[in-house]
Amino acid sequence: MQGGIYKCLSMIAERITANKDFLTELDREIGDSDHGINMARGFQAVMEKLSPDDTDIGATLKKTGMTLLSKVGGASGPLYGTAYMEAGKITAGKTELTPEDMKAVLEAAIAGIQKRGKAVRGEKTMLDAIIPAAETFSAKIAEGSDMAGALEAACESAKEGVEYTKTIIATKGRASYLGERSIGHQDPGATSAMITLEAIRDFMKGA
Amino acid sequence: MKKLINKVDNIVDEMLDGMTAAYPQYVKRLEGFNVLVRAKGATPKVALVSGGGSGHEPSHGGFVGRGMLDGAVAGEVFTSPTPDQVYEAVKAVNGGKGVLLVIKNYTGDVMNFEMAEEMAADDGITVEHVVVADDVAVENSTWTTGRRGIAGTVLVHKIAGACAESGAELSEVKRVAEKVIANVRSMGMAVNACTVPAAGKPSFELAGDEIEIGIGIHGEPGTHREKISDVNNIADKLLEKIFAEGIYAKGDEVAVLVNGMGGTPLMELLVANKHVKEVVEGKGLKVAKTIVGNYMTSLDMEGFSVTLLKLDDELKKYLDAPADTPAFVQF
Repeated sequence: MQGGIYKCLSMIAERITANKDFLTELDREIGDSDHGINMARGFQAVMEKLSPDDTDIGATLKKTGMTLLSKVGGASGPLYGTAYMEAGKITAGKTELTPEDMKAVLEAAIAGIQKRGKAVRGEKTMLDAIIPAAETFSAKIAEGSDMAGALEAACESAKEGVEYTKTIIATKGRASYLGERSIGHQDPGATSAMITLEAIRDFMKGA
Repeated sequence: MKKLINKVDNIVDEMLDGMTAAYPQYVKRLEGFNVLVRAKGATPKVALVSGGGSGHEPSHGGFVGRGMLDGAVAGEVFTSPTPDQVYEAVKAVNGGKGVLLVIKNYTGDVMNFEMAEEMAADDGITVEHVVVADDVAVENSTWTTGRRGIAGTVLVHKIAGACAESGAELSEVKRVAEKVIANVRSMGMAVNACTVPAAGKPSFELAGDEIEIGIGIHGEPGTHREKISDVNNIADKLLEKIFAEGIYAKGDEVAVLVNGMGGTPLMELLVANKHVKEVVEGKGLKVAKTIVGNYMTSLDMEGFSVTLLKLDDELKKYLDAPADTPAFVQF
């Protein structure tokens, strides 16, 4: 991961902030209309805490997770907070990531989200974007693809995952009170997860 | 939107300072946190901490005091507090015998409180939690998130609080809290929705002659709408769902809580209570205790909920024990 973890997280923060109203609007339809507001507030606090001198990927991801945990609130705070903290644990001391490391980061983030949210795939959550993305990423690097190529394919899978959330009933979170009325709406959490992965992809491409 | 506020962003902060200004003999605020604890500090007994989004006042800060809670954590309006806030509350109230967290069953609340529990455990503090899920309007079998925690939570505060005050160990306080949870059921309705200050408009719209049955306490829509009718008829519908649970039988003793949603006059709650008592007694149950008032509100929502708790000798003893808090005093 050349160019540094700081730049990568800046790009994620930028994309989340740019999509603040979009994410909030998605949440208005099936939740409590604060996802974009909460995530943008969280990443604003993250950027205040980080500096371009942060080069230890593990320590920086841990700091990011802790900040999201204390600033986002609701369900997204613990879920994203845990994901970044778990990713931080397995990258402690690293300043660059190999594709194998990236695979481990995605898997650690997923394990953290599942442990915290007690959710599985198919419940209309962020997992419906991240799990297929991680599976595609692993398959691609097993075929010998490089980091950029594997991320490109992973983002396609994340996008398909977001589309898939439109077709299913929410069984976790406040959207679950809507039952069948949640069908037809894409999940805000899956959407912010896809935006995050796309930001990582574009950082790797140097975009 | 017409509200008695200053800046929307400052509501929770100013509300908490207003609490300490009104009740310095009961509560103080942890410097830099949205946490109220007992004015006299930690006590050498099992401590109880609850909390959640704001907008449910007097829950939960109003129940901090002898015989009920030791600490209450306030999130943004209708948004769970973050783990660091809950963790500070746990540290502040721990008197060495451990801490019980009383959580209302919402995805965010459960996650944030559980994370705080893990953080405190890393510090060597013994923490346990219980999750209140008393709202029968939500079908437990269909939604895996499960039933919401609503007004019945106040009875958990009262009874588990009295148990802790008696000097019981943490496992014992938790057992008693879980017994309350197993025997308490509630259901609510709204005449008018609430307006979240940051949103500026009502969370749902009802026509002039419409009511919403089965509402939650965050402006979530309920199970269905119907034309308004006599309050006796409305109370019957709420009770019908509660009795359908099959846990209340002839000869049982129960506590009744007729809870206001924030915008309904006490006069109307008392009218509702008259009928609730008649119906419950008509089914051959004995009403051992009645509580009527605004305990678990939903901002300015107009409406009420009915809660029944089946009592045994142990629960009755703790329910009748003294309590001295801003919002609930009993000698």
